[in-house]
Amino acid sequence: MSAAELTSSELTSKEVQHVAKLSRLAIDSACVESMRSELTRILSHIAKLQALDTDGVEPMAHPMRLTNRLAADVPVDGMSIEEFLMNAPATEGRFLAVPKVLADGGGA
Amino acid sequence: MSSCALNAELPVASPEDLATICASVRSGATPAAVRVEAFLARIAQHDGVIHAFNEVHADAARARARAIDKMVASGRDPGSLAGCVIAMKDNIVMREGHTTCSSKMLANYRSPFDATAVEMLYEAGAIVIGKTNLDEFAMGSSTENSAFGATRNPWDSSRVPGGSSGGSAAAVAAGFCDAALGSDTGGSIRQPAALCGCVGFKPTYGRISRYGLVAFGSSLDQIGPFATTVRNAALVYDAIVGSDARDSTSADAPCEPLAPLVDRPLASLRIGVPREYRSEANSPAVAQVLERAISAARAIGAEIIDIELPLTDIGISTYYVIAPAEASSNLARYDGIRYGHRAKLSPGDDLEDLYSKSRAEGFGPEVQRRIMLGTYVLSSGYYDAYYKRALQARRLIKEEFDRAFASCDVVLGPTSPVAAFPFGGKTDPLSMYLCDVYTVNTNIAGIPGISINGGFADEAGTRLPVGLQLQAPAFAEETLLRAARMLEIALA
Repeated sequence: MSAAELTSSELTSKEVQHVAKLSRLAIDSACVESMRSELTRILSHIAKLQALDTDGVEPMAHPMRLTNRLAADVPVDGMSIEEFLMNAPATEGRFLAVPKVLADGGGA
Repeated sequence: MSSCALNAELPVASPEDLATICASVRSGATPAAVRVEAFLARIAQHDGVIHAFNEVHADAARARARAIDKMVASGRDPGSLAGCVIAMKDNIVMREGHTTCSSKMLANYRSPFDATAVEMLYEAGAIVIGKTNLDEFAMGSSTENSAFGATRNPWDSSRVPGGSSGGSAAAVAAGFCDAALGSDTGGSIRQPAALCGCVGFKPTYGRISRYGLVAFGSSLDQIGPFATTVRNAALVYDAIVGSDARDSTSADAPCEPLAPLVDRPLASLRIGVPREYRSEANSPAVAQVLERAISAARAIGAEIIDIELPLTDIGISTYYVIAPAEASSNLARYDGIRYGHRAKLSPGDDLEDLYSKSRAEGFGPEVQRRIMLGTYVLSSGYYDAYYKRALQARRLIKEEFDRAFASCDVVLGPTSPVAAFPFGGKTDPLSMYLCDVYTVNTNIAGIPGISINGGFADEAGTRLPVGLQLQAPAFAEETLLRAARMLEIALA
């Protein structure tokens, strides 16, 4: 969508639910309306950007002119398995434990 | 929250000279252990009300003080910050204790490593006394978004200390430490410093390694010090500045020590005062302190230049696209798998339920709002209209500063349009965001900024500190700090 087509900052409940899904946030259905009105209000303010003349302006993603920085190819100690696992919510032996990813009876 | 008159019983930290104190520790005249005990006693007495700390590291601080005193006794030099007691914002990782970001998500998180800034403080002989409260994941301007309860302003405990580094600012103002570290993504060091009457310094983007700073907006985040004077802030800054192989965005720029230079007044000083910073939206207290500072600057021979920064107003819109966009990406790592909060699943729940339930339970409302906002502006169909346009605005804002600095050395204005406001005073998210109007563009452009206490003024019948902000071109920290020191002395 081009800037010119962006005519309204009004979000729908369906859009809020879609964005929540993209964000991996299980939003309580009772909160959808308040989230919708807050985001709409914030987006209405942000819409000021549309009035700015940005023709031909190169986007600036970062304040520094960065180039790839290469490190010397020397092995250094990494994190130990014990350190890596010390914050894990669930472990099995030397592994992180997660819920079953594939459905019973076969691969996805 | 009820107010209790702390002003009388908690005189705010007297501006002792840190270099003098550290020299005294290095000579053996002042034991570090004695200093640590004095701070611990003060914290024990008053932090129940202020709640600057999420966690006090009493045993570790005592052990470290003993080690420093032993070094001195054996003729070794612990370093430039020997015995200096520092409070650490709880989004900067340390092996000691927890690193929570004031979030339920990381309530039990223990870092397996120290941040580069923490390592450098240790190397300089400093002592970390504990972790300070913040708005969850550094998102907020009042510290009310902490999952562990708000911090109170030491000048008036019915008011907020600002945020997001409100705990660090309050700790310095209340005399719980010599100095503190915070992080600043859109004003999170400078605004709480202003509201708590201390100095808060955000260096040029890249000056201080972000390795070990929990990421929020990676192109905006910068660590910096809080202290009672510009001179003291410079001493702490000198210990942590520099390029770091573990942060490829850290700047490879010369960084000679500034503390020995800050007391040298600049031979000439041109101070730009943008018309937009003398806004009618400033509270009467803020307007009064700004005009007083302009007169004081003239009196010491500075040239005051009226300038214009018309894009000041577009900063909030630009910031609240870029910062949430980067946050939505950075906070994707909290998925309940490797670390952080994991939700209990119900029968039939799958992996995606694990992610979305863990995140909904672990993150508070403001963090969820910003993740949603960031995801929305980056989503297909809206990317060009919001995100790309904000990045174009970013370049225009940076170029506007470049033009301004052609005619002046530093830019002066208020740090915040208001002094410390009461708890619950800004319940609408947008009204809270608008508090950042003078600070976000510093991060957007990547330039350095500092807030100093401009004095006190009556705001709604209460005498409160008001902060003044100076901004300078990228990597012009020497000019910035020398100018800030001149103004600090002129206003004293």
